Amino acid sequence: MAKKNKETFLNPIGINNPVTVQVLGICSALAVTAKLEPAIVMGISVTIIVAFANVIISLMRNTIPNRIRIIVQLVVVAALVTVVSEVLKAFAYDVSVQLSVYVGLIITNCILMGRLEAFAMQNGPWESFLDGVGNGLGYAKILVIVGFVRELLGSGTLLGFKVLPQCFYEAGYLNNGLMLMPPMALIILACIIWVQRSRNKDLQEK
Amino acid sequence: MDNNLLSLFVRSIFIDNMIFAFFLGMCSYLAVSKNVKTAVGLGLAVTFVLVVTLPVNYLLQTKVLAPDAISEGVDLSFLSFILFIAVIAGIVQLVEMVVERYAPALYASLGIFLPLIAVNCAIMGASLFMQQRIEMDPTNTQAIKNVTDALVYALGSGIGWLLAIVGLAAIREKMAYSDVPAPLKGLGITFITVGLMAMAFMCFSGLKI
Repeated sequence: MAKKNKETFLNPIGINNPVTVQVLGICSALAVTAKLEPAIVMGISVTIIVAFANVIISLMRNTIPNRIRIIVQLVVVAALVTVVSEVLKAFAYDVSVQLSVYVGLIITNCILMGRLEAFAMQNGPWESFLDGVGNGLGYAKILVIVGFVRELLGSGTLLGFKVLPQCFYEAGYLNNGLMLMPPMALIILACIIWVQRSRNKDLQEK
Repeated sequence: MDNNLLSLFVRSIFIDNMIFAFFLGMCSYLAVSKNVKTAVGLGLAVTFVLVVTLPVNYLLQTKVLAPDAISEGVDLSFLSFILFIAVIAGIVQLVEMVVERYAPALYASLGIFLPLIAVNCAIMGASLFMQQRIEMDPTNTQAIKNVTDALVYALGSGIGWLLAIVGLAAIREKMAYSDVPAPLKGLGITFITVGLMAMAFMCFSGLKI
């Protein structure tokens, strides 16, 4: 049993990543990653929400009528997102302004509905919690990688600190402004998928 | 047509395109864009749901949720997420029933994605962007000041989404015959294609309207 739990937790972080393999939750993964900081905050928020939504739905799974389960799931998720959004506004106002509508859009993040439908409706609370944390972290991992590349190449900073030495700029190096534009998020994600699938042949599509 | 409405309409199709500028509705965008016919169906369904939900959410926001809207000193704006999603889910359920009754072929080809429009970020995203724009300065051309504005914004966003998904579906149909490196097949090359399309759409951001 312990081994199975470990798999539930670790698989989504590595081999069965929600973003690059299950193709869930792409919208926010691309939109908030122009800088590293909002990407990290978004990753943490989603992890917390997936974990707790999974636990709540898993506790209620035997009492939810099948026909209205989507609505019940949406209400649970919307309530959790409201809490997270208010907490962000109170304690991290700047980041919440940067994230703008994408905090609210966690409600419609496919990772949540995907995990609730595929896992929490069939499994107990503890397994669901592990599954939620695992998927949240797998999502956060991709966000952080994309955010890291875009902020480093796009503005030469990381978390707002300058990391590229001044002599680079004096030698004629320029920040790549295109990195901060939406299209590059897609292309960096494509590169991550490329690397992952060339290392793991099972994931390749026919 | 009022000049302002026209600019709102064109803006929401090309400059603030749901897919290329904000990545809204990506999941179903990637999953259903394998052939043009289904893509058109889903695009129309999304446009329709947008056009119906946004005016409803606009009224909800201005008449119920905004500070002091119901009565003096009551601010319900923290409830907006829950109410918006409830309205969207309800309307999607309605659309699903209508499509099942009158267009069974379309219903069969859209499959699971029709109920999933409820969790399509494009609808929720448009509602939240509208909420932001209601609070904008009325002289701003992006501001949404009344129900007509909301309707035009919804129509524009929907058509923008339709355009994006049909374009991608057409490219992917052709791409089935190209020799793509094995690790990039499917998802990878699709992302790159969307990225290039998004770059093309960036040209529109220079438009002054």
